[in-house]
Amino acid sequence: MKLTRRDTMAIGGAAALMTILPSLSSAAIPVNELVMGVTGGADAASTGISLTAPEIAENGNTVPISIDAPGAVAITVMAAGNPRPGVATFNFGAGSASQSATTRIRLAGTQDVVAVAEMADGSFASAHQTVKVTIGGCGG
Amino acid sequence: MKFKKLITVVVGALAIPFAAIAGEDSQLTVEGQLMVTSVAAPAHMENVDEIFSGWVFRKDETQALQMDDFDNPAFIFIDKAIDTFSKVEGTAGKACVSCHESPEVFKGLRASMPRINSSGELETIPELVNGCRTERMGAEKWKWSGGDMAGIIGLIGLQSRGMTVNVAIDGAASSAWDKGKDLYYTRVGQLNMSCANCHEDNYGNMIRADHLSMGQINGFPTYRLKNAKLNTIHGRFKGCMKNIRATPYKEGGDEFKALELYVASRSNGLTIETPSVRN
Amino acid sequence: MAKGVKARVKVPKTADVGEIVTLKTLISHKMESGLRKDSDGNKIPQSIINRFTCAFNGNTVIDVKMAAAISTNPYFAFDAVVPEAGEFHFTWYDDDGSIYEEKKSVKIA
Repeated sequence: MKLTRRDTMAIGGAAALMTILPSLSSAAIPVNELVMGVTGGADAASTGISLTAPEIAENGNTVPISIDAPGAVAITVMAAGNPRPGVATFNFGAGSASQSATTRIRLAGTQDVVAVAEMADGSFASAHQTVKVTIGGCGG
Repeated sequence: MKFKKLITVVVGALAIPFAAIAGEDSQLTVEGQLMVTSVAAPAHMENVDEIFSGWVFRKDETQALQMDDFDNPAFIFIDKAIDTFSKVEGTAGKACVSCHESPEVFKGLRASMPRINSSGELETIPELVNGCRTERMGAEKWKWSGGDMAGIIGLIGLQSRGMTVNVAIDGAASSAWDKGKDLYYTRVGQLNMSCANCHEDNYGNMIRADHLSMGQINGFPTYRLKNAKLNTIHGRFKGCMKNIRATPYKEGGDEFKALELYVASRSNGLTIETPSVRN
Repeated sequence: MAKGVKARVKVPKTADVGEIVTLKTLISHKMESGLRKDSDGNKIPQSIINRFTCAFNGNTVIDVKMAAAISTNPYFAFDAVVPEAGEFHFTWYDDDGSIYEEKKSVKIA
């Protein structure tokens, strides 16, 4: 039995896509709206913050993510398709060596994870990434 | 029967290979110690040439969690178990530590369990723990797959981490082993599937979006991302049986113990990874 | 106090003056989201750790406001600077009013 890394089968992609949980499109909040919610309407630059999240989450219960925004005072993380979008707000103090953090979050389905950084000068930066959340085997 | 055929076809259609899963090329080192995650299959396995640890089938991020004892979320339960090890319980006023100097005295135990004891019975680690509790501590039995038991067997299993799995399948063990092998290959449940249908015929394939493993237990008890806690061997057997809509055997009963022996022997040659991190 | 809550923190024992260290923290907590229902169909009330802080010799390193979307057994890794010998103080605040704490000292190498 071959291990699947060596097999690249186009049909495999299609079948797996069928098993990816779509976000409840009526419930998912547009990314822009979430960003504006943090900035109070001000624009957010698309550089200056990086968000690292897996492309496909092994399990929506525990999804590792990292955020990094040099010079930020705070970074807010949101999940656009969760029942409630708020995930966490990281406030960095004088004792922090970098404005970065790693954590593990819950995602209810495939959706955008959004991060907005508030910089020391009052400006904002944002990043977002789609994370696919899948149904495991045998309904587990 | 038409219905049975339909189910087989559906399962077949779902089990389609999918590229770009983290995997067999990577090596597992935990705290600097190299684990054997793939090795030639033991002689008694007729249909498989090479065996793989469940670690190999998981995505990169999940694999990374197991490589560092701090990032491995299982260790929070190991820490709790270390506290439990010193906790006095029961009418005899003892804790584990009263007789067992430290968890380290259990080095090597997990690697050869389950085994036949001097009375000719097949014994597993949870039975040894409960035996101590009821007979020597005057304490109550722990639930087979409850948090306390899972933590303690995780702590005991950790002492064998990195050691090669080596369970005996012959001599006094052979009748239990035969029974376990029989169970492994017998179809059960509404979905009419055996362990082998997924874990021998289809490992490496996708079942829906999950990457099917060989169903090895060398990493148990394991921290599953799915329920964010330590899961035991019999707990998983029970879950698997429920997934195929069969009435599960009893945890700690003869069937699961025999199955545990057989499944453990399918990993002879791999290393103990307890406590592992899985989906 | 939520049952069986246990914290783990990874802090180096020594550091050079001004060294940047990565701290890792994990605490066992169910993080009951408030969205689950019990077998009778009633909503299980939310009960999470809603805030995590880390300070060094009284100065804030990080202060995290947490929602129910943080996974069970909350984990954080972040960087701190060690300006002098001292103590890292970690605090977790539970919805039920409990406060869990860990302290770890760092010596200068």
